[in-house]
Formats: sequence, structure tokens, C-alpha cells
Amino acid sequence: MAILLFADHDNASLSEHSARALGAALQIGPEVDILIAGQGACAAADAAAALAGVRRVLLAEADPLAERMAEPTAALIVQLAVDYDTILAPATSSGKNVLPRVAALLDVMQISEVTQIVAPDTFKRPIYAGNAIEVVQSTDALRVLTIRSASFAPAATGDGAAPVVAVDPAAAPALSSFGQNLLSVSDRPDLSSARIVVSGGRALGSKQRFEAVINPLADKLGAAVGASRAAVDAGYAANDHQVGQTGKVVAPDLYIACGISGAIQHLAGMKDSRIIVAINSDGEAPIFQVADYGIVGDIFDIVPQMERAL
Amino acid sequence: MKILVPVKRVVDHNVKIRVKTDGSGVDLANAKMSMNPFDEIAVEQAVRMKEAGEATEVVVVSVGPAQAQEVLRTALAMGADRAILILADGRVEPLSVAKILQRVAQAEGAGMVILGKQAIDDDCNQTGQMLAALLGWSQATFASKIEMEGAHALVTREIDGGLQQIRVTLPAVVTADLRLNEPRYASLPNIMKAKKKPLVQQTPEDLGLPIAPRLTVLRVEEPVARASGIKVGSVAELLDKLKTEAAVI
Repeated sequence: MAILLFADHDNASLSEHSARALGAALQIGPEVDILIAGQGACAAADAAAALAGVRRVLLAEADPLAERMAEPTAALIVQLAVDYDTILAPATSSGKNVLPRVAALLDVMQISEVTQIVAPDTFKRPIYAGNAIEVVQSTDALRVLTIRSASFAPAATGDGAAPVVAVDPAAAPALSSFGQNLLSVSDRPDLSSARIVVSGGRALGSKQRFEAVINPLADKLGAAVGASRAAVDAGYAANDHQVGQTGKVVAPDLYIACGISGAIQHLAGMKDSRIIVAINSDGEAPIFQVADYGIVGDIFDIVPQMERAL
Repeated sequence: MKILVPVKRVVDHNVKIRVKTDGSGVDLANAKMSMNPFDEIAVEQAVRMKEAGEATEVVVVSVGPAQAQEVLRTALAMGADRAILILADGRVEPLSVAKILQRVAQAEGAGMVILGKQAIDDDCNQTGQMLAALLGWSQATFASKIEMEGAHALVTREIDGGLQQIRVTLPAVVTADLRLNEPRYASLPNIMKAKKKPLVQQTPEDLGLPIAPRLTVLRVEEPVARASGIKVGSVAELLDKLKTEAAVI
């Protein structure tokens, strides 16, 4: 039996989370179809077809699917489900919104934020903000999973051999309608897939100082900007910059934590980074327990020094 | 409009949990328990909507052990009108909880269900979406703002790249994100008053629902610990390590 991957995309392009979820899917089985639900989404479908290991790309286009609203998208996936024994999606805001709705309609218990495939029916996932790892086996005939993309390497971009097949959208009552997206505009890389992340905490003291200290270092490194919950709560950074249990989970090559003490909820979002640097005036701060390299000192002194020295 | 707010009793967010050495689970003996923080935000939202005249009654419901009465009393002290406890010991999966809540929402004739986007113990982020599916209602997850517009609600959602506004038809299920509001602290007089508010108990069997788990937890492991790092004395030393030892810049 085959695997259906509900891809994350914006119609014009495929997000890297989809390639990473494909990496996970191919560990479960070789027959993977990618579903592109959208409107005017040929470009995203072509990008999916170019990934190595894809059997087919299913392209469903309709106005209600343009922003992948939960009700019509879930109805579409349920309509396709009969041909599959695993349905998965990256655990992005779109995957987390749609897949539990699919699971309930199929009377399946979903397995969220899978970080390791143990067997086709057995998975590891973090619980308690990553302070414990649960190994769970599904007894359902069909499995519904969301994949923590930071835990899987992306499938390679292949030579585009997979066929793109059009599928009909499902009939679903229009229970909700899309209004508008208010997206953060930034020239920096996407936080959840950036190779380097520079994050700031409450110690920055104000939005102006956050931007004056964190942004130049991030720009010099070509890095994304992240923030602790405390910094977001204080209004120093936008909500979608939050790294942690209830924000974004990141695993870049390099994570630089500036003035972040390291609450367990924050560590849950970044402790799988390859290299962690901590800069904090409190040498006893818990962030140093997960840091590969730490500097005890004043962030207002050290961070600009780093920026100038690069 | 009646608002139903499901709340979960979870380990307090300040508690550092420990994995049991035999791998059978986490040790919660004597751990402080509280209302799931996201559910607290949901209660606050419903109470504010009642105070604004947008809701007529706020009913809170919890699926859990007898001690879950404590979190229901907290919700009543925050301003909810009455409470329902569905007694269930042990692990109850989100799918089972959603089925129970479906019956409760239908029996109550709720016009909106507001609940936290995820519980901080199992971190599933499923119950609201599953409930919306079972009820055949619209859903608005990860809400940071709810504005009522007659038969609809305009909900601002937190999505990966920023915010998204959608309009849902009522009845609807809304899941609360962190920035929807800041929950109030219950005052002492309200805590006293909450003790007299109605709290009824039922069992899943009363609702005719089996709650056997679908997932078998084979074991619970400690996360892999990071090797301890070093402290460096200067920016120059740090950059040198990042270039030569770690090769990340």
C-alpha cells in the first residue's frame, strides 16, 4: 500500500518542509504520492514532481483550496484516502490545521510531530516539551502522521520524472471563507528552515534594542531572526519569530542565543540544532547546559563585537 | 449563544518532569497540576465574550480523573457559569476526548467551542480540529483574535509566516493561541462563589462511548542529552571555534 503526503506550499513554490516530510515518508515505504491542493499551483506541483523518490503528484485545484482551508482540504484528503495506508504532512501550521480533521473523519488517532520512524506502524515523538520521547505503535489500519521536519533530511531534487495527475476537489459545504494573509515581509531566510538562526531574549530590553543588536549580526551571517517567548510577549519581536514548545521548532546548523536564559519551553524549540552558541550575562543560566560554546558577558558588548569581527 | 470550553488538567508548566527509569512513562507523583495554559486562555476568552454580551452562558467541561474538579473550579472562579466533569482515569486520547466533547456540545446546544490549541503534556494539537470534524462544523485554529459578526466570526490566526484572517460560520470550533488574551487571576470572592456553582459528573459510559486507546505506548525514553560544551573567553576565540572546530561559518 502507498503513502499520501499532503504538501506544504504557497501555490507558487514548494516549502522545504515538504521535501523533509518526503524524506520521512520514504523511510516508511517506497510508494509515495504528493498531494498539491491549491489554486494556480502548477509551479508547486512541478517542484514536487522534481523531488527524488516521488511516484506521482496529485494536483487538486479549486478556489476554496487556494489557501488550503481546513474543511474542503480535509474532505479532499478523505476522498483520496482509500488508496493509501499512511497519510502524512509536515507539522507546519497548514499540516497541523488540516490533518487532525482528516484523522477524525477517518476515525483514526493521529500521531503528531513524529521525529523518528521506528517501523511503518511505530514512531517516536516528543512529549512534555521534548523532555520525554514517546515510542508509539498504531493499531489503526490507516496511519495519519504529522512530521517534525527539523528531524528529517530533505529528499533530493531529482530530474522531474514523476507524472502530475489532476484530481477533482471534493464537494464540501463552504463553512468558512478566507479573508486575508498578513505575512511578515522580510529579506531574511525563513526561520524554520534557515541554516543559521540568531535569537534574542528579554535581556534585549526593547524592540529598538532588539533590532539594533540582533538584526545586524543576523544580516552579516545571512541568518534568520528568532526570539524567546519572553521577548515576543514583551513586544520586541513578532509572534511568528517565537522559537519553542508552542512556537517554531528549529534545528539549524548554528543557533546563537543572545540574552536567552533557556526555559525548558524555549529549549524544546532549538535543542536539536547542530551547534548552539549562548551569550548571557548570567553564567548559571540553563542555556549554557545545552550550548556547545558559551560566552558569559554583556550582549550589548559581545554581539556587536561579533558582527564587526565577521 | 452558549460557549463550551473544554479544559484539561495537566502537569504545571513550571514542573521539570522526569522519565521513569523503567521506561513506562513520566513520573508525575506529587507533581503540581494545573489547568492547561492554552485552555486558561480559552476560558478567559469565553468569559470576556459573555461580559461583552456576545455569549449568554459559559460551560466548562473536562475529561479526566476526579481531581480535574480543581481545574473546573478554577474556570468557574474565572467566570464560567457551570461545569461538567467526564470521569475517566488513565490515558484518554484526543480522538476519544473529541468524541466525548461532540456529545456534550450537541447535548448543550453550544454555538461555539473554544479550547486551547494544544495540551502541554502530550503536545498533540489535535482535539479542536477533531471535534470540528466530528460535529461537521467549521474550525479556526491558533486564534489570536475573535470578532463576532452575527452568524459568523472573523478569526485572526497565527500561521507560519505571520497572521491569517478567516471568516467562519457558526457554530464553530476555535482553538486558542498564546496571544488571544492574558487570563485573569481569580479573586478570592470569586473563588468562594465558584464553590457554589453547579458541577455535574458523568462517565464516558453514560454517553455510550468506549475510550480504549488506539495507540500503544511501547516505552517512554529520555531525550538524547547534548554533550556538555565549553565556555570561551573572547569573541575572537568563539569565531575561531565556529570556523575551524565546528565549521558552521
